[in-house]
Amino acid sequence: MSLTPKDKDTVKAFWAKVSDRVDDIGADALNRMLMVYPQTKTYFAHWKDLSPGSAPVRKHGKTIMSGVSDAVSKIDDLTTGLLNLSELHAFTLRVDPANFKILAHNILVVLAIMFPIDFTPEIHVSMDKFLSALALALSEKYR
Amino acid sequence: MVEWTEQERSIINNIFSNLDYDDIGPKALARCLIVYPWTQRYFASFGNLYNADAIKTNPNIATHGTKVLHGLDRAVKNLDNIKATYAELSVLHSEKLHVDPDNFKLLADCLTIVIAAKLGNAFTPEIQATFQKFLAVVVSALGRQYH
Repeated sequence: MSLTPKDKDTVKAFWAKVSDRVDDIGADALNRMLMVYPQTKTYFAHWKDLSPGSAPVRKHGKTIMSGVSDAVSKIDDLTTGLLNLSELHAFTLRVDPANFKILAHNILVVLAIMFPIDFTPEIHVSMDKFLSALALALSEKYR
Repeated sequence: MVEWTEQERSIINNIFSNLDYDDIGPKALARCLIVYPWTQRYFASFGNLYNADAIKTNPNIATHGTKVLHGLDRAVKNLDNIKATYAELSVLHSEKLHVDPDNFKLLADCLTIVIAAKLGNAFTPEIQATFQKFLAVVVSALGRQYH
């Protein structure tokens, strides 16, 4: 299920459209993940405040989304482009890769909420494929 | 036994009593067939599914989407006994329709996204959590009688 040229164009075009709301997307997606999948909170036990809209959650949502934006720019070779991030997740953060899927789902839900007309099924499938490919590149160094 | 708080019951009932089945059902099923194209395997007799536009305008898919969404009504009315409520439907999906139960989750995810698009910010994280919990119970019940 690799990204076709059409997928890449679709993702780049859609991302350009949503790019000025990227921080809000990140914060909302992270909020939803922590609330809808409480087991994900186990990775953030070191934060004082996990409530929606809290400073650590907003900041981290921004960090994650700038990673996703970066991945869009490296869409032609995600494995190489995300090597450092993969090492970080594999050796330092050690996030179970199942969680990438969970966060991806919440990003898609937020996109549907914020862009109900633009987030068509055609764009949805390309974005879903892209986030899956991103997750795969991120898991590259795990074992 | 699944435990539901009063708030969760209220949220679920609210969503379904305000639902436009003829709009959401078709959209959810069409999205599933487009985003997860392998699910089209169950709809070979439905006519033209050749591309996204064909799927979106296919009247058989639309009718079926509404039907599937109404299928959730019995779960809403029997929250405390979804497993028993869907025992027969589960057997049907396994023995007659031969649907891989993994597909239930795919449709559930598409339904979540279609409802999110419809409700916008009213689809709060709390409401999303409750709705996804409900769908997870339904999905589990539908897969229960497979052997």
